[in-house]
Amino acid sequence: MARRDTPGLPDFSLLKRLARDQLVYLLEQLPGKKDLFIESDLMSPLDRIANMSTLKQHDIVKLYKVEYKATVSLSDQLCFLIRPRIQTVKWICDVVNADKAVGRFRRYKIIFTPQRAGDQRWLRTVGGALHLLHSVYGPFSKLYGIGSCSQMTYEWWREQVEQGEQGARPAEIGSVFLIDRDVDFVTPLCSQVVYEGLLDDIFRIKCGCVEFGPDVTSSDRSVKVMLNSQDKVFNEIRNEHFSNVFGFLSQKARNLQTAYDKRQGMDIKQMKTFVSEELKGLKQEHRLLSLHIGASESIMKKKTKQDFQELLQREHCLLEGFEIRESISFIEEHINRQISMMESLRMLCLLSITENGLLPKDYRSLKTQYLQSYGFDHLLTFSNLRQLGLLVEQQGAETLTVMESKVGKLVNDKTAGKITDAFSSLARRSHFRALSRKLNLVPKSDEEYDLRVPKDMAYIFSGAYVPLSCRLIEQVLERDGWAGLEDVTRLLNGHEFAVTGGSRAEPNSDAQRLVLVLFLGGCTFSEISALRFLGRAKGYKFIVVTTAVTNSSRLLEALLGNHA
Amino acid sequence: MAFVTASWNPLGEAFYRKVELYEMCWSIRDGLRDSLVAAAPYGGPIALLREPLRRSPSSRPQLEIYSASGAAIASFPWKSGPVVQLGWSISDELLCVQEDGSVLIYDLFGSFKRHFSMGQEVVQSQVLEAKVFHSPYGTGIAIVTGSSRFTLATNIEDLKLRRLPEVPGLQGRPASWVVLTQDRQTKVLLSIGPELYILDNTSCTAVCPPGLSPHAGSIVHMSVSFSYKYLSLFTDSGHLWAGLSNLQDKLLEFDTKTTERPKQMLWCRRPKSQQPSVVLMWDRLLLVVGECNDTIQFPVEDPSVLVGEMDGVRIINSTNQELLQEVPLVCQDIFKIASMAPGALLLEAHREYEKSSQKADEYLREIKEQNVLEEAVRQCVEAAAHEYDPATQKSLMRAASFGKCFLTDFCSDPFVSTCRELRVLNAVRESGVGMPLTHTQFKQMTLQVLIDRLLFRQFYPLAIEICRYLKIPDYQGVSRVLKHWASCKVQQKDLSDEAIARAVCVKVGESPGVSYSHIAAKAYECGRTELAIKLLDFEPRSGEQVPLLLKMKRSHLALSKAVESGDTDLVYMVVTHLKNEMNRGDFFMTLRNQPVALSLYRQFCKLQEQETLKDLYNQDDNHQELANYYVTASYREKKLESSLSLLQNAVDEYNKAKNDFAAKATEEEMRLLRFQRKLDDEKGAGLLGLSLQVTMETLLSLGLHKQAEQLYRDFKVPDKRYWWLKLKSLAEKEEWEELEKFSKSKKSPIGYLAFVEVCMKYNNRNEAKKYICKVTPEQKVKAHLAVGDLESAADAAIEHKSESEIAAVLSRCSASDRLLVDRLNRASGAKK
Repeated sequence: MARRDTPGLPDFSLLKRLARDQLVYLLEQLPGKKDLFIESDLMSPLDRIANMSTLKQHDIVKLYKVEYKATVSLSDQLCFLIRPRIQTVKWICDVVNADKAVGRFRRYKIIFTPQRAGDQRWLRTVGGALHLLHSVYGPFSKLYGIGSCSQMTYEWWREQVEQGEQGARPAEIGSVFLIDRDVDFVTPLCSQVVYEGLLDDIFRIKCGCVEFGPDVTSSDRSVKVMLNSQDKVFNEIRNEHFSNVFGFLSQKARNLQTAYDKRQGMDIKQMKTFVSEELKGLKQEHRLLSLHIGASESIMKKKTKQDFQELLQREHCLLEGFEIRESISFIEEHINRQISMMESLRMLCLLSITENGLLPKDYRSLKTQYLQSYGFDHLLTFSNLRQLGLLVEQQGAETLTVMESKVGKLVNDKTAGKITDAFSSLARRSHFRALSRKLNLVPKSDEEYDLRVPKDMAYIFSGAYVPLSCRLIEQVLERDGWAGLEDVTRLLNGHEFAVTGGSRAEPNSDAQRLVLVLFLGGCTFSEISALRFLGRAKGYKFIVVTTAVTNSSRLLEALLGNHA
Repeated sequence: MAFVTASWNPLGEAFYRKVELYEMCWSIRDGLRDSLVAAAPYGGPIALLREPLRRSPSSRPQLEIYSASGAAIASFPWKSGPVVQLGWSISDELLCVQEDGSVLIYDLFGSFKRHFSMGQEVVQSQVLEAKVFHSPYGTGIAIVTGSSRFTLATNIEDLKLRRLPEVPGLQGRPASWVVLTQDRQTKVLLSIGPELYILDNTSCTAVCPPGLSPHAGSIVHMSVSFSYKYLSLFTDSGHLWAGLSNLQDKLLEFDTKTTERPKQMLWCRRPKSQQPSVVLMWDRLLLVVGECNDTIQFPVEDPSVLVGEMDGVRIINSTNQELLQEVPLVCQDIFKIASMAPGALLLEAHREYEKSSQKADEYLREIKEQNVLEEAVRQCVEAAAHEYDPATQKSLMRAASFGKCFLTDFCSDPFVSTCRELRVLNAVRESGVGMPLTHTQFKQMTLQVLIDRLLFRQFYPLAIEICRYLKIPDYQGVSRVLKHWASCKVQQKDLSDEAIARAVCVKVGESPGVSYSHIAAKAYECGRTELAIKLLDFEPRSGEQVPLLLKMKRSHLALSKAVESGDTDLVYMVVTHLKNEMNRGDFFMTLRNQPVALSLYRQFCKLQEQETLKDLYNQDDNHQELANYYVTASYREKKLESSLSLLQNAVDEYNKAKNDFAAKATEEEMRLLRFQRKLDDEKGAGLLGLSLQVTMETLLSLGLHKQAEQLYRDFKVPDKRYWWLKLKSLAEKEEWEELEKFSKSKKSPIGYLAFVEVCMKYNNRNEAKKYICKVTPEQKVKAHLAVGDLESAADAAIEHKSESEIAAVLSRCSASDRLLVDRLNRASGAKK
């Protein structure tokens, strides 16, 4: 039963304001006119909180990108806004030394932004963010989480809360769910077929903004488009399965035409009102509509090809665990014919995770093929993938069990437990098949799945698979904890928790139905769409906070050998 | 209460009163006569250096510290050099300026804290005179040296010595001088004979006080007010001049009729003064000279010291202490005899009410008729704040309380806060505590500072009481007190580490804002490392423990705490520290036991120290990673030989790691590289570094079929791959004959549909058709469709009776293919 009465959101513009104030505060610590150097990947985030006129107001004269070259700035004061990376700091040292060498006196200030996701170094940043949300919108009524990073983040946050002053505020957010990316690598490795996810897969959305090239704009220019709910066209299709998007868009086009057509038969006065009140909006909508149609066409070209359909089909087979041999041959051919380096790698990983590792023979032969196709340096890629457990050789299940029981006899239970933990983390085995059964992740395939009226979250993968991450969230919220999910958490390597927060808000208030989901290690647009669907179905509103928006290419690119 | 006015003395329109603050607890008899005395303002402590000129080692001068009420705090013999001046800093530290220019700083309890010098040159020339002064920048010191030069330090916490320019014509010290803070600048005002000079950073300028008669004589004494706004001058002819310190205006001129230089001269003002005055003190006389040229004279019976305050002057002698001040206007209004002020009437009304007299009603009625009841209550509350005697305070507050009963919507906040503040003030004025603060001073110094003062004096229980009573948030209140207490507690030498740790833990518990690491740092400063470690154990935030642990050289513990904290910056901090501190072997061993630290260090090495990375893997016998390292390194080499030798190292390490797959892959890569190099040399093929696939592609496109074939065999390239490759390459170059030959060389491992499709890709339908016959029956339909032969596709589909194939053909049919569509539909229908 769909509940339509989803609660409204707290005022999140506060966060923007806080960030901007903080930036201004930092800039003002170097009083007077100055030039600002900013690392290019911080440009978009900066755009979200402060525009050029804000910067100008605080005495920024010129803005430069960090380009690792000698500076041409003539200002007596330089301010650097960078990520804490050794390379960048060394460059700043070079700038300073160069000034010194020519006897030039300047003042310098470095503003470090938080470490970018990559290892546990960002855990504190995340804990800090949670603390900020807590102090602005908290207290929370309940916190759930799974995964070791979630637990560390939670603990760090709690420490902060205990030390801080606690004023009584009305709770604006109900519960919080922290989830580690390594709980579920399957979902981000799947091809995305929901509109926003597709846009990200194909055009790469950066900081809520996408750049459409000439093939989409059908002009010689590229256009940057902000993708958010203020774009009315996008808002209606972002969560839709791609097969529905064209229908929506053409309906929209017709509506727009009707709106334009109203002009016929208007008198002067009506026309005047029309022009001043509606025309601008219509034109804007028109512009966006044609962009989204262009984008959809471009997607169609790429994704309706035979190859892609086959790929999707193979992907679904992997998720369901059918026709594995055929899938392996498919992947092999995919590699042999060099269809796509990243796609092949993605399928390999998906195969490994869903099958709990590859048979030794396949493992060797597929890797050999891959190296032959794409070069020997991917030996390092495979080493990285193995370390993360994304592409591994099947361990004889017996070997582990035998070892466990042997060890178990030697030491007492508690230690044995620990050792078992160690073993399972050593192997980092995925138990996808068992999880899929227990959580019913793959809907029965004999039923027809109507993608226009989805009945569950599986619609984001054409009805083939309910994302594990979102299913966990659904189940835990439903059960108000992990009770009854013991089998599942064991398979997921544990570190689950459910604790009550400080809020004493009424259980049925609006705020209680606002759920903050914190993805540690990134989440995909498809997952966000799935959660939006879940929210509509169950009367929740999800607020998703993530260390990054990710997708299969971003995930795998970071692991390519000889990369960094 | 007629007696309230008994101590009032009229001065012009206003009144001055002397309020007794304390009977002094000390017994110093003639002590004040021959001592160097410094009493801090705001009811601060008093320091006394008896007989400062004594210099023989056998009898040293005694330095004594008292509270303002005369309670002894500390006393010790002065063993250092001769002292020129004593003074107090704003944080209750005693500054002792010595003749040689060094300044020794002691805390309230006489413990030496630190010292600094007013300049090297002073050691030779000696300090003739020094002044300790307070400004918005903190506590400052000014000296004049034997070479007649002035040196200033405006803030002793941030010491910057400023040597002022020479004063032309000055010999020795000037007859009189003061330090002035004006326009954010600190200057010296000095007199030489009748002349007055202002000395600032850059120059010495002669100035002239307006209206000072040129025959007044030499200026022998001067003084500035608490706020530096007013100046008074005394000449050797007994002439007193007072005016603005910027010398823009004269306020009064008065002939004291005595040529003797007063021992002390101070301004006596208060905020909103009606009648500011200058107080002069000689051996036997205290003279108050008002702006109106009116005076009050008090006899001085005992050697006394005057202490300037923002709202009066304290007079301290060996037996008692008084506050001389202008009676605040509101108190005058209420207590002046026959006053009809609203407050006075209300006080009277209440007094009658206490006596159950009906007159109470009359008074009240009178107030109400004038509609001034609210004003009356306000006056009583305000006056109570200014009164020192609790009984007077009470009667005023009771009157106010009585009056406000008859008021509707009266805001009682001022009443309540005055009540509270008076309780606090009465408590700190107690002789045992000895802080004779007026309400005005209290408001000026703020509660925070008052608590600090109590902390300096170690009145912890009282401070906590006050914090709780005034409901100060724990952070600024109780926690701050506890923090101070604990820092002090750890210095108690007579208690064991265990006992102190326990006491601290019991008292401090988990009070918010009290940092155990801060307390531990104090313990470590006092040389109690073991105690510090014990205290650190109570610190819940492991991150906070780290810096101190490092300082105490508990590096291993620091590392594990840093790891525990989850703060990677902290881990890096410790790791860098360890790296510099330990030898390499120990350093690696330490990291080995801390996987998180090790992995962070590895990441650092990956970016910064590739060589170290190798050593790390070596030590751990991590052959796999070591091999990976060699592979990565091989890509950085420009010379093939070096690359190959690195790859050979990788092979060895992979073998040690029992990773035969990787070893073999690496060996093959080496083989490929050699092959590529050879062909590059021979044919200039530009192959080096390409993948096997791309190498073969390139070879085929260059027409080097034999060499491609060789790779295919040597590297056991799967047939399928090779066939695809060759197929694409031949089609691309449109070598159709070659292609046909190739297709016949053996049975195609990739089938023949691929041939059809690739030919079509290069738009050669004829060639494509050649291969259709070879396509397996299952792929026939696809093949026909690929070349666009719908008829044949339809035939095959119908022959196969395959619904999906029929559908596939149908989907390609257009309107012109009516007949075909019908046929297909029929076949489809027949099947059903």
